[in-house]
Amino acid sequence: MSAEFLYGVEVIINGLMAGVLYALVALGFVLIFKASGIFNYAQGVMALFAALTLVGIMEGQVPFSHIINATFGTDVHNFGWTVPALLAIALTLVVMIIFAWMVHTFVFKHLVGQEPIILFMATIGLAYFLEGIGDLMWGSDIKTLDIGIPQGGSMWVENLSKHLGGEDFYGFFIDKLDIVATIVAIVLVAGLIVFAQYTKQGRAMRAVADDHQAALSVGISLNFIWVLVWSLAGMVALVAGVMWGAKSGVQFSLSLIALKALPVLMLGGFTSIPGAIVGGLIIGVGEKLFEYMIGPMVGGATENWFAYVLALLFLVFRPQGLFGERIIERV
Amino acid sequence: MKMNTFAMAALAGVMASGPALAELVIPDLSYRTGPYAANGTPFSDGYQDYLSLLNARDGGIGGEPIRVAECETAYNTEKGVECYESTKGDNALVYQPLSTGITYQLIPKATADMIPMHTLGYGRTSAAAGETFPWVFNYPATYWDAASVAVNYLLSENGDDLSGKTIALIYHNSAYGKEPIRTLEKLSEKHGFKLTQLPVDPPGQEQKSQWLQIRRERPDYVIMWGWGVQNQVAIQEAANVGYPMDQFIGNWWAGAEPDVLPAGMAADGYKALNMNRIQDYPVLDEIQAQVIDAGNGAGDGSNIGQVLYIRGMYAAMLTAESIAKAQELAGTSAVNAAQVRDGMEALEITNARMAELGMEGIGPEFSVSCQNHSGSGEGLVQQWNATDKVWVPLTDFITPDKSVIDPLIAEDAAAYAAENGITPGCL
Repeated sequence: MSAEFLYGVEVIINGLMAGVLYALVALGFVLIFKASGIFNYAQGVMALFAALTLVGIMEGQVPFSHIINATFGTDVHNFGWTVPALLAIALTLVVMIIFAWMVHTFVFKHLVGQEPIILFMATIGLAYFLEGIGDLMWGSDIKTLDIGIPQGGSMWVENLSKHLGGEDFYGFFIDKLDIVATIVAIVLVAGLIVFAQYTKQGRAMRAVADDHQAALSVGISLNFIWVLVWSLAGMVALVAGVMWGAKSGVQFSLSLIALKALPVLMLGGFTSIPGAIVGGLIIGVGEKLFEYMIGPMVGGATENWFAYVLALLFLVFRPQGLFGERIIERV
Repeated sequence: MKMNTFAMAALAGVMASGPALAELVIPDLSYRTGPYAANGTPFSDGYQDYLSLLNARDGGIGGEPIRVAECETAYNTEKGVECYESTKGDNALVYQPLSTGITYQLIPKATADMIPMHTLGYGRTSAAAGETFPWVFNYPATYWDAASVAVNYLLSENGDDLSGKTIALIYHNSAYGKEPIRTLEKLSEKHGFKLTQLPVDPPGQEQKSQWLQIRRERPDYVIMWGWGVQNQVAIQEAANVGYPMDQFIGNWWAGAEPDVLPAGMAADGYKALNMNRIQDYPVLDEIQAQVIDAGNGAGDGSNIGQVLYIRGMYAAMLTAESIAKAQELAGTSAVNAAQVRDGMEALEITNARMAELGMEGIGPEFSVSCQNHSGSGEGLVQQWNATDKVWVPLTDFITPDKSVIDPLIAEDAAAYAAENGITPGCL
């Protein structure tokens, strides 16, 4: 096989891997939108906040130390201990559950029945608030996230595939981090499906997503379900934050990964978990292939805009996205 | 009665908050929040702490106290322009926008308002032509100088011959990142190397395509024009695809601690340009003792000695020296913005003066003139030692190829002058 063809295959494989990372971000949006009709603009910032909290806990950082020191003239930054990764992840999940409860209790509980645009605007405010609180709690410096996820090209894959092409082919490059992200995404989606299908709370969540008035009439607590959904979105945000943060360090630009999820949502639909996954994969492969084949002819850097062009093309034919609920309006 | 009380209170407030007549107001368009906070914070800390040291140690500059007017831009061009508009009426003496995007927007505004702007090693390169851009200064060096310094370094590494070599430029797809392209194209014609361009859309979280291309094409060297998260991701991706770190050279905005620390040991050997040498200067001890320990630091002091902190301090030193020069020329300590511009244009930085200031060898010797607002253009190459977590200088200051750069500057400045109806000349 020609090296050119094999490199094309490599681009597709890496596009699929990148798509998984986009889908991880998109999943959080889908969970909240499906259950409550809220487009959560703060999902990217939630990923940042979760990753900041994880690193802060692992390193034993004193939250709000800058304010404490400025107010009381102290010089405390660290508790002097470190926390193992698994325990830190568990504690971060607790923080995200508390966050979910606070968001519901102090914000959305008071906005029940409001127009979707009002709820959307509330999430914009929430994003700015959360970014500010994250900065105050953990500082704005870049933090190294080391929870033992391997990184770098898989030599096993590279050596195994080297002989497929000629001298000009160096073997397939697949990042070990991307492989881990794919496995985690599969486990996460499987877990969410099992939870939604086979648990009482999961079925209640689906009932609320289908018709919250009907769900309310049979005794399902909307308050509990919304806290549950925001908690799940917080968990997904943590996973996305960890995967993206492992690449670049945990820093405030992580909040911008939400921009990568938007075309995925447009394509896959705002209400479908499989849609988020398939949408992510299509966007990942599409943008990487376009950059590989057409990019050099138009000066490169096509990925950001091409993802949106691809999503718009799908929208022309399926406005609800690939897996979204069909829009039926009776007049 | 109520209205009278309110009006009096408002009047008292206005009087109390108005600037003291002889204050030297220096705005700091900082970014401590947002995606680029990790880079903006240490620079701003260094900039402000040096000015605070002058206040604490010398009572300001020429006996006039300095007041820093900080305004948060979040590295956002619109916010940067808002900051400029909101601070310029405060008798602002000189602006340091720390953003090429903001600089481009402010060039016509600052020129119209007759307030000088110092864009230390960033911004519009052709602003070096002082006759066309009388209110903009980019000393001690420009982006085009940086591109030439990088190529001159590679020439020295290859026996003065780069013919047949391939150099890939991976750059921030913005006004900033595109700045060196023209110079590198000219230099590739001159030295016979092949230039490959790889733009990365900001912020640069995802660069898989670019690094797969580098892995396929295996260029001899990769030069990076990055900022913020682009740098961290690029260094990690370079390590992932096994690109040799000692063949990967960042410009001076891609060579600070936040750029390399997230990659850990994988970043070992990464090289970057610098316009200011990193070492333990005596002035840092003074800042620690008289500013940080006294509780007047702009930050918590944890950034002291880092690349961007020292660069911020260096920028502040150049500003302070310009103001001192302006005071000398004007014969008064209470200088205005126009007089500071004159001081900037007459600035001369010598080794003796840098030593006297407790920062011997921090930058090259240079002087500014009406024709040359960019200084000597020299830069050095440093390498990251991941074990000790320090930048090690590999070279002394390298002189750029002015025979290539100067005609480009003249051409670009002439085009700008023609577009804007400017008749070049000295003020």
